[in-house]
Amino acid sequence: MSVPFDTDSKLSHYAHPERLVTTQWLADHAEDPQVVIAESDEDVLLYETGHIPGAVKIDWHADLNDPVTRDYVDAGGFARLMSAKGITRETTIILYGDNFNWWAAYALWVCSLFGHADVRLLDGGRQRWIAEGRPMTTEVPRPTPTDYPIISRDDRSIRAFKDDVLAHLGRGPLVDVRSPGEYNGELTHMADYPQEGALRAGHIPTAKSVPWRRAANDDGTFRSVDQLRAIYLDEQGLRAEDDVIAYCRIGERSSHTWFVLTHLLGLPNVRNYDGSWVEWGNAVRVPIERPGFPAAPPAGSAA
Amino acid sequence: MLPAALEEIVEDFRTSPREMRLQMLLDYSRSLPPLPERYVDAHETLERVAECQTPFFVAVEIEDERVRLFFDAPPEAPTTRGYAGILAAGLDGVSVREVLETSPDFALSMGLGELVSPLRLRGMSAILARIKRQVVMRTETSLGG
Repeated sequence: MSVPFDTDSKLSHYAHPERLVTTQWLADHAEDPQVVIAESDEDVLLYETGHIPGAVKIDWHADLNDPVTRDYVDAGGFARLMSAKGITRETTIILYGDNFNWWAAYALWVCSLFGHADVRLLDGGRQRWIAEGRPMTTEVPRPTPTDYPIISRDDRSIRAFKDDVLAHLGRGPLVDVRSPGEYNGELTHMADYPQEGALRAGHIPTAKSVPWRRAANDDGTFRSVDQLRAIYLDEQGLRAEDDVIAYCRIGERSSHTWFVLTHLLGLPNVRNYDGSWVEWGNAVRVPIERPGFPAAPPAGSAA
Repeated sequence: MLPAALEEIVEDFRTSPREMRLQMLLDYSRSLPPLPERYVDAHETLERVAECQTPFFVAVEIEDERVRLFFDAPPEAPTTRGYAGILAAGLDGVSVREVLETSPDFALSMGLGELVSPLRLRGMSAILARIKRQVVMRTETSLGG
């Protein structure tokens, strides 16, 4: 018995409408025993100030990242996390969060690295839920631990590493989802995030600038499928047969775009380069493009 | 060097279990005193701390050689508010000299790195740096006449 999909008419036009739910759907299905709601935020304390009733917290830094190596938790760590949150391999996970669902999309992407089958985003996230005056609570659920299986992470299909990106130059589209100032090399960091900086500014050669925000409405929801097609397919020329890599600064904004390209537009081969600019802009001798400076050396010569 | 009140806060955090530290930070975010009316009406006189991820403002006054601190941080940014709450509880009313001598990396010894990405913990040091700069500026101004 699986949890029904949201048949909302806006969602039904996306390539994979089963990956999104509306706030109304969530209000209607929050009590379903096969559903676990999880909040993933930018601000580590936001969940504690109030969250959707029944929601557990998944913290991108403390829960999803390895505490020592710059990497995600391993199979055992992921199984322990899922177990502690009351999630089984069959659970429908509904993720939502602050800041246009950046970290919710990031958590969804990490769950996908471990092949969790049914994980969906709440369209509009925390912002929309609150804007609609829906209930919030500070009561923290105490889920019964589950027997979540230990499943190896698959880093091949939806994750790109620096060497993958080097090999990709000239072979397929690269989408830089950062702000124009970061893309053009005027900033080595996102405005207001100077501590996540890089030594060099600019962008990866051949990358096109498509800021993540273009995929979102002001209320935090995703733009309609027609609007998304106009941006990514018509304007940017992305095609189903393309091998696409998206990146940002540490991989959270590009998770948002990865979700859009993969689940809303249905492009089958999209990878998120989570090392992103904090890695690339600090790496030695990788090619960088920056307006006003001579073109980067051709692909392959920097290896 | 840390003023006694701040030292005590740092010690409390350092010796508390992980879950408790998060709750303590939340308590500090809730206990941050509201911005006084005179600053609400003159918001442009506050200094924005650009290093924080959310709009965050600080004002510094010197009163009888003691530093008075006023903060404005939105409720939807509880972590930044928590930083402000800690600085308000640990540094407000402390002498000019003690504020200037406060070790800039005190936040790193509070055990918050397990909770907040270390990259983002530096917001607290950035706020302290702004406070010190304003203290220096205002002390020099008052000495100069």
